[in-house]
Amino acid sequence: MTRPLRPSLPSVPEPVSPGRRRFVQGMAFAGLAGSGLLRLPAHAANAAAPVELRGTAFDLAIGASPVNITGRARQAITVNGSLPAPVLRWREGDTVSVRVANHLAGVPTSVHWHGILLPANMDGVPGMSFDGIAPGESWLYRFTLKQSGTYWYHSHSLFQEQAGLYGAIIVDPLQPPPYHYDREHVLLLSDWTDLEPAALFRRLKKAPSFDNHYKRTAGDFLRDVREDGWRATLADRGMWGRMRMTPSDLSDVNGHTYTYLLNGLPPAGNWTGLFRPGERVLLRLINAGAMTYFDVRIPGLRMTVVAADGQYVHPLTVDELRIGAAETYDVIVEPAGQDAYTIFAQDMGRTGFARGTLAVQPGLAAPVPVPDPRPLLTMQDMAHGDHGSHGPGKGMEGGCGAMMAEGGCGAAMHGAHAGHGVAKPVAHPPSEAGNPLVDMQSSPTGPRLDDPGVGLRGNGRRVLTYADLRSLSGDPDGRDPGREVELHLTGHMEKFAWSFNGIPFASAEPLRLNYGERLRVVLVNDTMMHHPIHLHGLWSDLEDADGAFQVRKHTIDMPPGTRRSYRVRADALGRWAYHCHLLYHMEAGMMREVRVEERA
Amino acid sequence: MSHATSSLALYIALALAPSAALAQESHAHHPHVGHAGAESTSNPRPAKAPHAGHDAHAAHDMHDSHAGHAAENAHDQHAASSAHDGHAGHEPHDAHAARNSHAGHAGHAGHAGHDMPAPAGAAATDPHARHATAPGAPVEPIPVPTDADRAAAFPPLAHAHVHGGGIHSLVRFNRFEAWDADPGRGQAWEGKAWIGGDVHRLWLRSEGEREHGHTASADLEVLYGRGISAWWDLLAGVRHDFKAGPSQSWAAIGVQGMAPYKFELSATAYLGERGHSALRAEVEYELPLTSRLVLQPMVEVELHGRNDARRGTGSGLSTAEAGLRLRYELDRRFAPYVGLVHEHSFGNTADYRRSEGEPVSDTRWVVGVRWWF
Repeated sequence: MTRPLRPSLPSVPEPVSPGRRRFVQGMAFAGLAGSGLLRLPAHAANAAAPVELRGTAFDLAIGASPVNITGRARQAITVNGSLPAPVLRWREGDTVSVRVANHLAGVPTSVHWHGILLPANMDGVPGMSFDGIAPGESWLYRFTLKQSGTYWYHSHSLFQEQAGLYGAIIVDPLQPPPYHYDREHVLLLSDWTDLEPAALFRRLKKAPSFDNHYKRTAGDFLRDVREDGWRATLADRGMWGRMRMTPSDLSDVNGHTYTYLLNGLPPAGNWTGLFRPGERVLLRLINAGAMTYFDVRIPGLRMTVVAADGQYVHPLTVDELRIGAAETYDVIVEPAGQDAYTIFAQDMGRTGFARGTLAVQPGLAAPVPVPDPRPLLTMQDMAHGDHGSHGPGKGMEGGCGAMMAEGGCGAAMHGAHAGHGVAKPVAHPPSEAGNPLVDMQSSPTGPRLDDPGVGLRGNGRRVLTYADLRSLSGDPDGRDPGREVELHLTGHMEKFAWSFNGIPFASAEPLRLNYGERLRVVLVNDTMMHHPIHLHGLWSDLEDADGAFQVRKHTIDMPPGTRRSYRVRADALGRWAYHCHLLYHMEAGMMREVRVEERA
Repeated sequence: MSHATSSLALYIALALAPSAALAQESHAHHPHVGHAGAESTSNPRPAKAPHAGHDAHAAHDMHDSHAGHAAENAHDQHAASSAHDGHAGHEPHDAHAARNSHAGHAGHAGHAGHDMPAPAGAAATDPHARHATAPGAPVEPIPVPTDADRAAAFPPLAHAHVHGGGIHSLVRFNRFEAWDADPGRGQAWEGKAWIGGDVHRLWLRSEGEREHGHTASADLEVLYGRGISAWWDLLAGVRHDFKAGPSQSWAAIGVQGMAPYKFELSATAYLGERGHSALRAEVEYELPLTSRLVLQPMVEVELHGRNDARRGTGSGLSTAEAGLRLRYELDRRFAPYVGLVHEHSFGNTADYRRSEGEPVSDTRWVVGVRWWF
């Protein structure tokens, strides 16, 4: 039953120099290089699983550790000398105390418990929850766990998350979960760069498309003319040209800068999780990437999704799922019939992948798939393609683009959704008008929850979509929203400027919520990028296309060309960070403070 | 000559483009001014104001238009009343389960065989369920905050949130090249740099030429630039010419940015000493042949308000230069290139050149490197 094993790795589908290959694949022995901390080689890989700490009292030491992921010695920021940080295993109902000591030289640090409900002063956002942890000092976090599931933690200080400060949290439920499993593994995905993260941010500000090596060339033009004709090709190029945008801009930072990691190991390190044939294995998928969406599959296995962002969902079996930055999914697989299965997590732009193996013993490997063809954004992604009556020649400055409110395609779309709570013609906030930080306005009319997304459509595999996610518990609040707040996700690709409503964090007023209220947040993506939007301290209860409660999440993926809504129950007082979880988008301004106050 | 005249037509068209594009953009934005339904960001309580008056009706709007949701509402009431009756936590959650399956999960039926226990236990741990009260109240009650909660929610802070925004910079030599042609060897540069934020920037621009080992022309501009729309910056400042001829200074005002179809464009008007005036406009385009091989056509044109015999510039259209450079990006930051450059002088400028024994037009091959940091 064992498949022939192939120890060699495939190349990404482009000529790859030996240097680039090592950079993409990483080192087989990558990991912490400090004495006594040397990571075990791949043939003993399950011993390389992140350390798990359990109990109610924890001591975490944040410091710099030497690592070697790509063949070059670098410094990472680690917790207890480990990258990723130790898995913290908590239990629902327990009050946990976590003392976090800062051993970094000269810089403050912080730890944020992503998705965990807690008092605002325990949330770990410097300047909102507390003043951060100064060098040489420590901070005692203490809170009671009101939930269970798979979560994660990371630094919320500048770019420390990119440098390695992230780890998994598992909160065991008091009641048994509504599914059975025999064994579990944490699969924590992340992106590593040998660049100093602040230098990467500076580079993004100078040259935002640095990593886009796939701009359409003269050769692509001739091929498109051959295949689609002059008229369609010119119309297509004209439309993108008028927008001054590039359809290959799928992500700002990709495999040309990053080496993708699974549990801290690059592809060549082949992290391995063990199973016995016939076991049901729970995989806790966490995307701790700073700027990366991963498309995850395990060829030969179907994955039954049982939880999203730590919350149980009606089980659904898929071949593949896209996990946005900061999201978590729990899936159950039943490996049997093969001794080894490849866990394959390619980045959304198909420029690289993280990879590991599920195997009956250490040292095995299964074939590694070749990444899918690189996708291009379509006018549908830009919220232009939904409008059948308009040819592809209509661009941002005419037709459906910014002119929705004047009728035309807007009115037509509205008619199709008449009566829905959320489908309305798009009206843009006045702060976007003439704003030098807003390079496009979109006209998305719906949430497109059932869209697998760019690069996953029609790939022959059953791909999870948001439409598939339904909370097992139903709506825990039950009230309809008392009011609605609409925010537009805005940006400028050439300036690498990001914001809500065209107003970057530095100039934005807090968004004020009344304690106890239930409100609807409507997000409209006015950019051509995905944004995983994370609200601290409060759940984001995603609504379906009809405005009804669908699934409880802490991070809502906003693909380009979508308008999505969710309900927020303001049941936690305090100042909460609200931001895009692409690290550099947040730092570039796509962030707000949400302030929950008691009504005077 | 004929290609020079057609180039001229292109220059004029492009020189006019920025204002046209600006008008287009402001038109595109204005229709949305004043639309309700969006967060009014100038308001200190932004989320609330635009929706005042809607609060009471929001819920009805949603459900009234959906006859199909009536059943769901019924479930809501059922859930609430079960809880009100003081049943233990399981009752309302069973109601939830029923409501969920009601919501049309036919697609999940196939998974019933996954030997996963019924979901009833999933949310049964809610400690508040028995407290649910009035209709319209949340199923899971909102806890009453204590003073300890309040203190934990708003701790006194010494520092504001530190952010990655701030000051950035770029220095880019778009042309940094040399040639060896009739009438001799020469070098030229054209670079710009900015430092600042996303909207307000200090710009430095410089270009010049050396021939036979002497600096033939060199200037430096120091400008304040402000983003005035998505794609256009307004610049104002000074320009100093070190050469040609005696040095001189100008006041400068102009625009630069990206026109539709990704033409990079700048146009600057200058007002100098003793009533001199000038206009300089430049347009560039980038055509990727492969991911590393990029063809960059550019055109630059200069006009002057009056004759200046000492510097050899005549009134009207003085010079135009067209270049086609093919670069290979060894690295994004460092790209050697070869190029073909044609320069032509017009009118009185051409006459000055003739009288100096210089050619009126010049075509040359150049090699250089484009670099930035």
